[in-house]
Amino acid sequence: MTLNQSAVPLADALDAQRINRLAHFDVPAHKGGRMNAELPEYFGKRCMELDVNSMKPLDNLGHPVGVIRDAQALAAEAFGADNAFFMVNGTTSAVQTMIWTATGRGDKIILPRNVHRSAINALVVNGAIPIYINPGRDKRLGIPLGMSVADVKKAISEHPDAKAILVNNPTYYGICSNLRAIVRLAHQAGMLVLADEAHGTHFYFHDELPVSAMSAGADMAAASIHKTGGSLTQSSILLTRKPVNPDYVRQVITLTQSTSASYLLLSSLDIARRNLYFKGRAIYQKTMEFADYAREEINALGGYYAFGTELIDGDAAFAFDRTKLSVHTRDIGLAGIEVYDHLRDDYGIQIEFGDIGNLLAILSAGDRMMDVERLISALAEIKRLHERSAAGLFDHEYIDPSIAMTPQDAFYAKKRRVPMKESVGLVAGEFVMSYPPGIPIVAPGERITPDVLEHILFAKDRGCFMTGTEDMNLDYLQVVG
Amino acid sequence: MELWYTDQHTDDVRFSMKASVQVASKKSAVQQIDILDTPAYGRVLVLDGGLMTTEKDEFIYHEMITHVPMAVNPNVKNVLVIGGGDGGTVRELTKYRSIESIDLVEVDKDVVLLAKKYLPFTSAKLKDKRVSVWFEEGLRYVRGKKAEYDLIIVDSSDPYGPAEGLFTREFYGTCFKALRDDGILINQHESPFYYVHQRSVRDAHKHIAVEFPVSTVYQCHIPSYPSGHWLFGFASKKYHPIEDLDATRWNKLGIRTRYYNTDLHRGAFALPNYVKDLLNK
Repeated sequence: MTLNQSAVPLADALDAQRINRLAHFDVPAHKGGRMNAELPEYFGKRCMELDVNSMKPLDNLGHPVGVIRDAQALAAEAFGADNAFFMVNGTTSAVQTMIWTATGRGDKIILPRNVHRSAINALVVNGAIPIYINPGRDKRLGIPLGMSVADVKKAISEHPDAKAILVNNPTYYGICSNLRAIVRLAHQAGMLVLADEAHGTHFYFHDELPVSAMSAGADMAAASIHKTGGSLTQSSILLTRKPVNPDYVRQVITLTQSTSASYLLLSSLDIARRNLYFKGRAIYQKTMEFADYAREEINALGGYYAFGTELIDGDAAFAFDRTKLSVHTRDIGLAGIEVYDHLRDDYGIQIEFGDIGNLLAILSAGDRMMDVERLISALAEIKRLHERSAAGLFDHEYIDPSIAMTPQDAFYAKKRRVPMKESVGLVAGEFVMSYPPGIPIVAPGERITPDVLEHILFAKDRGCFMTGTEDMNLDYLQVVG
Repeated sequence: MELWYTDQHTDDVRFSMKASVQVASKKSAVQQIDILDTPAYGRVLVLDGGLMTTEKDEFIYHEMITHVPMAVNPNVKNVLVIGGGDGGTVRELTKYRSIESIDLVEVDKDVVLLAKKYLPFTSAKLKDKRVSVWFEEGLRYVRGKKAEYDLIIVDSSDPYGPAEGLFTREFYGTCFKALRDDGILINQHESPFYYVHQRSVRDAHKHIAVEFPVSTVYQCHIPSYPSGHWLFGFASKKYHPIEDLDATRWNKLGIRTRYYNTDLHRGAFALPNYVKDLLNK
């Protein structure tokens, strides 16, 4: 069979199973929803009928030899990769697979500290050693940027034995490092380049967006198709290029991946890939136009700062993702999370996240102009009704860590519980972060400094959704020793 | 062959009228616009399948959305109408010589173009010198205005399409900002009768009440609209809709109306218990 990008081999095979009136004596036991009428009532009949398990004509994600292999091959081609792997446990699993493929216990990996918790979690599990690069920081906004090339060069020369370097492409706020230069340095030193593209799927489909990992020559990339690519939540694609051995990657994936991968998720990746291949450029063109318009209107309101390509400095902020609508809120005297809460509770508008000094709205071709107008007007109203002095607001999102031991050593060490407020000077045995964005304020093995404690208490006080600790209320922290 | 037009009032309720001819049909950038001639309701305007204006009963709607606030504050000079592309609300406003300017903001240019051509009974006064027509999103237009209007009339379609943004708290809040210190906001407030519409009636009232010190609703009977029982919102920064009504003064103006009068004005604010309960929920 000749495959081209207009085909959706996996989605078609799944739909063929739906209409072939097969008598099912396999799991799932809901049998197309007939077991419990509430399910088709709730999800829709077609959705229930498509929720089937792996079978001969539908291939097997753990050992793909049929339609899944074909769908993955088409995805690889669409993204300019040598191999693509469909993932059903989120981009978290794609990030972890990259790290576990590149490193083992005791191996070093260079990464910016403002990574998603999934990356550090991977180190807790496999015992690799993080060599952190402090990201650049924008002084006015307080946000972490990308890595500067000089810092990467220094880390590589200080740790020539590191196996890989992980790069956010882009950060949650939409900021990119100089990926091409980093790839060059890493490859000269014999290191793999792993790109966390949880927020960069769309880079593959529009030439005015920052460079994608595969075209920059990175070795592996975790592309979160479900976030900005239009597939169902939790579906994702791991992309690899030679010399990464795809068969080894598959083995690493199967260490933790469900053996009952959801065909709803998998087929949504197939359908999203075709859509992106043919319509991606128009889709992201529209997204950029929405975002550019919103930035202009929000900046005209005064007080807010919807930042854009003017942040680009040729180094730690090498490129900016124009589809992101990131807005700095501190100048109206409100934390990003407070604006987030007003939008949600008073105006019925849900955005992606609010942190200490910023909020992030995700726009897409699925938006409608009237909703964009609602967001802008609601921000204007929040300013009119709630603006206050910015004094006393915490002014940065990122604190350079003080490292005492590896994440794995700290996580599995003998630990004790101390009141959060008395934790200064001690070494954390667990994570603390606001979620989203899910970038740890402190990770296992890092020392609690007064600045870290102040950040945690401020974020909690302002209503950030704090996660990571055993104590659900965050009154206590597990520390080492 | 018989031609019938059906307005789906709810999933379970339909309202049909015989049509003699389809006068115009256009897919605009915003919505599907149709104009039909009907034996019972005369010429009718249909947007995205929903009945908007009929030649037969539009006077009720347009008089009630206009004369109620004008009788409370006859000193209104600057008026903003959001929506209302058929021109009916503007027609009623132009009856007041004291009004100096009327800004009409309609998101769909084609509605105005077609109304001018096919609905002269509502659109005739759009060419009045005091009228300026702006084609843009209502929410965006009002955002830039501060204390510029004495009266804002929201003459929108239902909140399940292009007019969705005009039933939100951010919209009512920006209207508050755009009004002067004695400003009045009137809005098309949907029908309280069918369960499926009740939530939007209640939410709109809740959102307006948060922003304006005076906020209530009044009612009228519009035969071609779902259930016939229709509400308008009256919100203001200062004036009370009944206490500040000066009937003698308004009657002296000698404005000719077919539905509105100052006795009915008072009565329109007397609400059935089920409406009171709905608004207080």
